[in-house]
Amino acid sequence: MLQQKWTPQRIWLLVGYAAAAAALFSAPMFASDFRLNLLAKFLAFAIVALGLDLIWGYTGILSLGHGIFFGLGAYAMAMYLKLEASGGMPPDFMGWSGLKELPYFWKPFENFGFAVAMGILIPSVLALVLGYVTFRNRIKGVYFTILTQALVIITTTLLVGQQAFTGGTNGITGYSTILGASLGSADTKRVLYWITAAVLIAVFILCRYIVGSRFGKVLRAIRDGENRVRFIGYNPAIYQMVIFTISAAIAGIAGMLFVLHVGIISPSMLGIVPSIEMVLWVAIGGRGTLIGAALGAIAMNWAKSEFSTAYPEGWLFFMGGLFVIVVVFMPKGIAGLIGQIKFRKKRKEEDHEGIRNPAV
Amino acid sequence: MKKRLFYQLGLLLVAFALVLAGCGGNNNEPASTNGEASKVTDAPAEDGIKVGILHSQSGTMAISEVSVIDAEMMAIDEINAAGGVLGKKIIPVLEDGASDWPTFAEKARKLISEDKVATVFGGWTSASRKAMKPVFEELNGLLWYPVQYEGLEASPNIFYTGATTNQQIVPSVTWLLENRGKKFYLLGSDYVFPRTANLIIKEQLKAEGGELVGEEYTPLGHTDYATIISKIKEAKPDVVYNTLNGDSNVAFFKQLKDAGITSKDITTLSVSVAEEEIRGIGVDVLEGHLAAWNYYQTTDTPTNKTFVENYKKKYGDERVTADPIEAGYTAVYLWAAAVEKAGSTDVAKVKEAAKDLEWDAPEGKVKIDGETQHIYKTVRIGEVQSDGQFKELWNSGEAVKPDPYLKGYDWAASIQPTE
Amino acid sequence: MYLLQLFNGLSISSILLLVALGLAITFGLMKVINMAHGELIMIGAYSTYLTQNIFKAYLPASMFDWYFVLAIPASFAIAFVVGLILEMSLIRFLYGRPLDSLLATWGVGLVLQQLARSIFGAPNVAVTSPSWLDGGLMIMDGTLLPYKRLFIIALVIACLVAMYFYIYRSHEGRRMRAVMQNRDMAACLGVSTRRVDAMTFAIGSGIAGIAGCALTLMGSIGPSLGTYYIVDAFMVVVLGGVGKLVGTVLGAMGIGMFNTLFEYWTNASLGKVLVFVCIVAFLQWKPMGFVAMRSRSLD
Repeated sequence: MLQQKWTPQRIWLLVGYAAAAAALFSAPMFASDFRLNLLAKFLAFAIVALGLDLIWGYTGILSLGHGIFFGLGAYAMAMYLKLEASGGMPPDFMGWSGLKELPYFWKPFENFGFAVAMGILIPSVLALVLGYVTFRNRIKGVYFTILTQALVIITTTLLVGQQAFTGGTNGITGYSTILGASLGSADTKRVLYWITAAVLIAVFILCRYIVGSRFGKVLRAIRDGENRVRFIGYNPAIYQMVIFTISAAIAGIAGMLFVLHVGIISPSMLGIVPSIEMVLWVAIGGRGTLIGAALGAIAMNWAKSEFSTAYPEGWLFFMGGLFVIVVVFMPKGIAGLIGQIKFRKKRKEEDHEGIRNPAV
Repeated sequence: MKKRLFYQLGLLLVAFALVLAGCGGNNNEPASTNGEASKVTDAPAEDGIKVGILHSQSGTMAISEVSVIDAEMMAIDEINAAGGVLGKKIIPVLEDGASDWPTFAEKARKLISEDKVATVFGGWTSASRKAMKPVFEELNGLLWYPVQYEGLEASPNIFYTGATTNQQIVPSVTWLLENRGKKFYLLGSDYVFPRTANLIIKEQLKAEGGELVGEEYTPLGHTDYATIISKIKEAKPDVVYNTLNGDSNVAFFKQLKDAGITSKDITTLSVSVAEEEIRGIGVDVLEGHLAAWNYYQTTDTPTNKTFVENYKKKYGDERVTADPIEAGYTAVYLWAAAVEKAGSTDVAKVKEAAKDLEWDAPEGKVKIDGETQHIYKTVRIGEVQSDGQFKELWNSGEAVKPDPYLKGYDWAASIQPTE
Repeated sequence: MYLLQLFNGLSISSILLLVALGLAITFGLMKVINMAHGELIMIGAYSTYLTQNIFKAYLPASMFDWYFVLAIPASFAIAFVVGLILEMSLIRFLYGRPLDSLLATWGVGLVLQQLARSIFGAPNVAVTSPSWLDGGLMIMDGTLLPYKRLFIIALVIACLVAMYFYIYRSHEGRRMRAVMQNRDMAACLGVSTRRVDAMTFAIGSGIAGIAGCALTLMGSIGPSLGTYYIVDAFMVVVLGGVGKLVGTVLGAMGIGMFNTLFEYWTNASLGKVLVFVCIVAFLQWKPMGFVAMRSRSLD
């Protein structure tokens, strides 16, 4: 679709995207430091949502373990930040865990480039290995989902248990600078915000490209009928592995940005609940539409931060209820709802089918 | 194709609106957002002093933290009823940490930079404190942290009204060694407080002639202690030093009783089981077991009598008070006293005024140690009675000077930070 | 000592099995991934708590010990009703969409937890176990088998036997199996599939209620009780193989035994990690679990 000719609609769409991008980039002009920080965090979440949508919305693989990939990216960045804060000495938590020397695998993280590379590589490799062993064995659907949960438990228990190396339940916190620039200063925050916005747009474009390509079409074919794809002569496992790895890498990138804005990463961010929440953003925003996923992440988190304080009890009722309603009655989320209103007649039959033969 | 594009355009518009709502929209009138988000009393904002209360109102930690909020609100109401501080009312701004550490950091940032509160009372777990600490240091805020913790910390922006290790763990180990036996089994949940506490205990046992016969950590939310209990049986300890947290305590004590071990066979001493937890575990399984705290509901001071009375009157007869509840209550009064003395809510001035400040807390006389910003506290060891209350077996007599880095103990040299 | 470990392993297996049995029905037979299963367990536990309070308030103290006998059917009944409501209002829209059912029921679980928090308060509540379950059976000196653990093993066996008879030896069970095996065919033959679905789900929920009742003997009773067991329960069902009771029993035994052994040899955290690693590895070898249903269908 991207390669099509310039119709007025297409120009309008591009103008729309440009306006959205412009709004993103100009946010620092009218948002307070606190709001900007919050927005930056939401944008990081939107990046994970994009990656998750690639595998869930487009390929039909539901991962309840994306918190791990997000978290591993975050930990890589946190290790760098912590070492910079402690000046290469063993960080504080090693001291109170009885460790006097910096472990060998921490040393290279003094290098920013290495940390960033690891923040992408570690999640990718883990995803590749997991994908290899599961998709090759044709473990799919529910079984894959439950396996990802097992992986979550393994990872969090290890992170918590190896307190001397990982900071245990407290996680890693207490950073001061990044590449010499103070993390506390408003200027650094603004630059980090812009970087996050730029990464979000870049990831969005990448995802659009993947989805629009031939590769993306095979992914959708796998989602709608894996065996048919296999009979045509494709090997779905390879496609699933590749997209799962890309998705994990995207989550890793998002994790790194998250740490920069929030200043803490702990095993609880990798747990089952955050992992399911990530899926929730995509479900509510609309699986199978990239912009829906990103919007879902921003909207849900914004609502959470606004309402959870005023109504801590009501919030959980609301979130649980919304989740149920969206999943059961609006499988395409908010994005689907808007589509339904706009083209009610045209899409009616399609939707009907969608409910009976859902994507997953 | 056309329609698809229109449809995407529609979505984009929504995106646009959302981004604006997310950042710009609220910025125009921050006051109204705050009004919504907090349970503010009727008085207009400029007449009062805003303080933040940041605990978990939802999630797994809500169990413990909600009572501390109650105590802090009670203290604020009492102070307001008596005329407030500096002639102004205290206006509490409640925020929910939701048992999630990044949320604690986020809300702390909001309280300081958006609501411009004079101080914040908050936190429970070490992780939540560690998450908030950089925020308070960066924005020069003031946090009052009301829970006993693992020590090895003294932030210039935090006041610690709970016990540090030398006001709870260290004296209780000494007492156990003198009264209950030399063989220790250390059992804890797998997180920072138990591991650090046990590191200290192990050093102390070496120095004071105790013997370590076993050490075990269980994941948070562990539900079956059969294997661990049989390990304990094999190790034959005199004392099980219990740093388990939350629900694990219920499973452990119930199954310990089932395995035929009572408080007469093996002494257990817990540092995370207070009056509130006893109600959830059941007195029948806990009777006779020990705990170490600085305050019990039964602590016999004149202030405590009125404190317990007022608390029950306000929140219901079935409610109990406990150590962290009392520490939260004390924190509010100490802050108010420091503000009165400083004549201002400025952080630097309040810190200066807080040095050596004394107050008659329900637990007895407490005093702020200017150097570490911890408070002097009396150590108490109590035994669970059949009515769910503690009977005090021993106390330190006077308030113990806080020593978060254990500098006063030679054997603790290896634990202290290297810098 | 190894004898005691063997017993501990058996005991943990029995608890896991009790927790997973209801899931084996809802997940194994109906392919509904019920993440609210843990909350149904919680409902069972709170039902026991309520029964206890009623006994305390209205009956003489001498009768108190017998509350537990009543609590088991009461927990079953309450969880059964909640399950029935859940099925009729929600789950019936989700047949054939297993992953959606997972997400939707997770939302339900969230709501139920919050509901429990609003009704009973966030702190744990205490259930006093009946005095006839105190103590234990001394088999050798130093080796004590607690009555409570023996009781749970017996309860699990009773549940298994009852389920076996219901599923394989009763008319309702036959209809249930028919619907699960070929829904369209069963409907053609006059079986009311809607009714069977509702009953099946409700029974699965009821068994979760019994599990909750039994768990009050061993652990905490609070709003988040269910979250401690839900993942383990799924592991049991997946490991055992979907759709067969024998598989679930084997799955529970496998996890329970290895859990105890690993925990005994290493420590609790590492033991848990090792068990999960073993499960992941095992599923590489046998993706369908211990006992796989043979089927010619592709998906």
